[in-house]
Amino acid sequence: MMLGEKKMSTMVKPCKCRTETKKELFYKISEIVDDYRGKEGSLIPILHIAQGIYGYLTPELLQFIAEKLNLPFSKVYGVATFYSYFTITPRGEYTIRVCLGTSCYLQGGKKVLAQLKKQLGIEIGETTPDGKYTLEVVRCIGECGMAPNISINNTSFTNVKPENIGEILKSLQH
Amino acid sequence: MAKATVNSMRITSLQELENIRRQYEEKQKKYKYRVAVCSGTGCISSNCGEVKDALLEALKKKGLTEEVFVSCTGCIGLCSLGPLVAVYPEGVLYTKLTPAKVAEIVEAHLVNSEIKTEYTYYDVKKNIHIPRIGEIDFFKEQVRISLRNCGYIDCSSLEEYLAKDGYLGLARALLEMQPAEVVKAVKDSGLRGRGGAGFPTGVKWESTLNTPGKEKYFICNADEGIPGSYMDKALLEGDPHTIIEGMLIGAYAVGATKGYAYIRAEYPLAVDRLDAAINQARKAGLLGQNILGSRFDFDIEIRTGAGAFICGEETAMMQSIEGLRGEPRQKPPLPTESGLFGKPTVINNVETLASIPPILFNGPAWYSSFGTEDSKGTKVFSLSGSMVNNGLIEVPMGVTLRKILEDIGGGIKNNKAFKAAQTGGPSGGCITSEYLDTPLDFSSMQKIGTIMGSGDFVVMDEDTCMLDMVKYFMEFVQEESCGRCTSCRIGTKRMLEIIERITSGAGREGDIGLLEELGQTIQETSACGLGQTAPNSVLSTIRYFREEYNEHIRNKYCRGGVCTELSSFARAGKTEGQSCKVLPLTTKK
Repeated sequence: MMLGEKKMSTMVKPCKCRTETKKELFYKISEIVDDYRGKEGSLIPILHIAQGIYGYLTPELLQFIAEKLNLPFSKVYGVATFYSYFTITPRGEYTIRVCLGTSCYLQGGKKVLAQLKKQLGIEIGETTPDGKYTLEVVRCIGECGMAPNISINNTSFTNVKPENIGEILKSLQH
Repeated sequence: MAKATVNSMRITSLQELENIRRQYEEKQKKYKYRVAVCSGTGCISSNCGEVKDALLEALKKKGLTEEVFVSCTGCIGLCSLGPLVAVYPEGVLYTKLTPAKVAEIVEAHLVNSEIKTEYTYYDVKKNIHIPRIGEIDFFKEQVRISLRNCGYIDCSSLEEYLAKDGYLGLARALLEMQPAEVVKAVKDSGLRGRGGAGFPTGVKWESTLNTPGKEKYFICNADEGIPGSYMDKALLEGDPHTIIEGMLIGAYAVGATKGYAYIRAEYPLAVDRLDAAINQARKAGLLGQNILGSRFDFDIEIRTGAGAFICGEETAMMQSIEGLRGEPRQKPPLPTESGLFGKPTVINNVETLASIPPILFNGPAWYSSFGTEDSKGTKVFSLSGSMVNNGLIEVPMGVTLRKILEDIGGGIKNNKAFKAAQTGGPSGGCITSEYLDTPLDFSSMQKIGTIMGSGDFVVMDEDTCMLDMVKYFMEFVQEESCGRCTSCRIGTKRMLEIIERITSGAGREGDIGLLEELGQTIQETSACGLGQTAPNSVLSTIRYFREEYNEHIRNKYCRGGVCTELSSFARAGKTEGQSCKVLPLTTKK
């Protein structure tokens, strides 16, 4: 797999939302909800954007959204916890998703996952103590011809071997 | 008349559409070469961006920018050999490119008209380079209808799409036909849904057309969740306007004025490209009101999924668009009667929609001349696993597994033996070497215990453990079950527990019978397709690989060497403590 370190830094952007105050972030989300007001079935797009701004969907944020949309909290919470892309716990700067689609599973994806667990010292669904990396599994990202694959913050890496993991993680820092 | 471009005017008639097309074609005539740089996600991950930058720089240095047209295209198809570049008019395919190689190709091919053979496609079976796409086995057998533009047109250009008969199918439908005639054309073509169910598209449209109601919806199902599938992704990334045109034709046929494209969150590039195409179409008046000067209004909104496989099921998808948990609804009523927000709704797969414009443009008889009696047209398959050539292909329905495996796929890597091909993902089954000559169409595949599925085609070699693969599918189903039906929620868990026991060496006599009984119960008592097909992979492997199950259970032996708690040496006896004859495997990891 070809890796250009310079290319990596422009492709994978860490989430910047932690520099703003909670009030500022809630205000931004409030504006988004207002944009979507009146559009039927807009809860899921709102949750996507809210999570993109805030980083994760806290109960407080979900309550805020529920009130703005005039929906029961239980309904909003039920949607947020149904879909695997939404999280109610903080994620790291980089969300590393290991593809375990059929092809990746058969072509060494489990070994890549094992190496990541070992190197980061965390299990699936967990975040490193320094808040840098969250490890998840995804099935699949649709690049099966070049298995095994991983995606980091929506940028994919193909033909990944366990011995490449160190290099990939290092290049994220530039 | 002022020169019309698609950026400067709204297209309000067929005449204007054709003017833009002709003017663009005239403009293109000045180019001596077209260089197509594959810009699907796969090649992007392989750094095709650097290859493209190097190409542009080399062209500038050589003063060739007015002679060479660079097109960033959708998937050319040979995903395992990217980054890929194709040079026309010769149709030469260069593979595994780097910036340095590209500079050499510019010098040799574009300046000196000499094909740089050493960088072209290499056929490992025949041990020769085969430069021309039309002569490469991987491409020779293909008939690209849905994929007609992928790998050639610039995927970000509306003009490029128009130049390849884009929106002429819509013009024919909208300006020359009544909705019922459009429905009849699609019915006559024999097109069946390409998402997996294979329901006749024309029948679905007819049902919706005949349901009274002023408000109807048209949904594009781009929640391509089956592992191993990337056909829809390639179409959305490589030819987004064909999806828009397909939706427009369908919406006109059934009387819908609002459309949704539901794309899974795992496909951000597909979302971006379709979004850009929708904006282009709106600016050009091809979406919105009074399309092409008719009284037909239609617009499309993109909705992204959020990581729930079940939302690929049509009723769960509608729940998701409505902002709810993606739990499937009871049918009847069918979506065509009462669907999104309670209104009549059509949900069609991406590949199905990509087939619609050429059906309207070329006529249904043309389309139904491909394929078999019960499966007309072509099918896109995404090849992966142990074959030499993995990637995207489109072949007439009815092509055999043998042709895909041996001719198109180039055989199995590293001279391993073929074991099975998996189709239909967790809902499907496997095809063994006994059935290599089975035609790949809906009915033939059902007879051998699998399904066409959406087109995922995973090839396994002798080192694959079928129980490990089945464990994977059951884990998948367990994760993705919405939890509503007891039989699916708990039944699949019990099946998984049994498989886990077997693969960890604790299998018991009677486990196979239990799996079969559980499987049948789940099939018969689940409310939706996910549950109804969840046991398929287990039942299919029991049918064809029963011996492997018995080896795991009775002999604690995994012939693939995958189940690490089992031996990779065969033991002749069942009882512990007795001396046994140990047989070494001929292939061992």
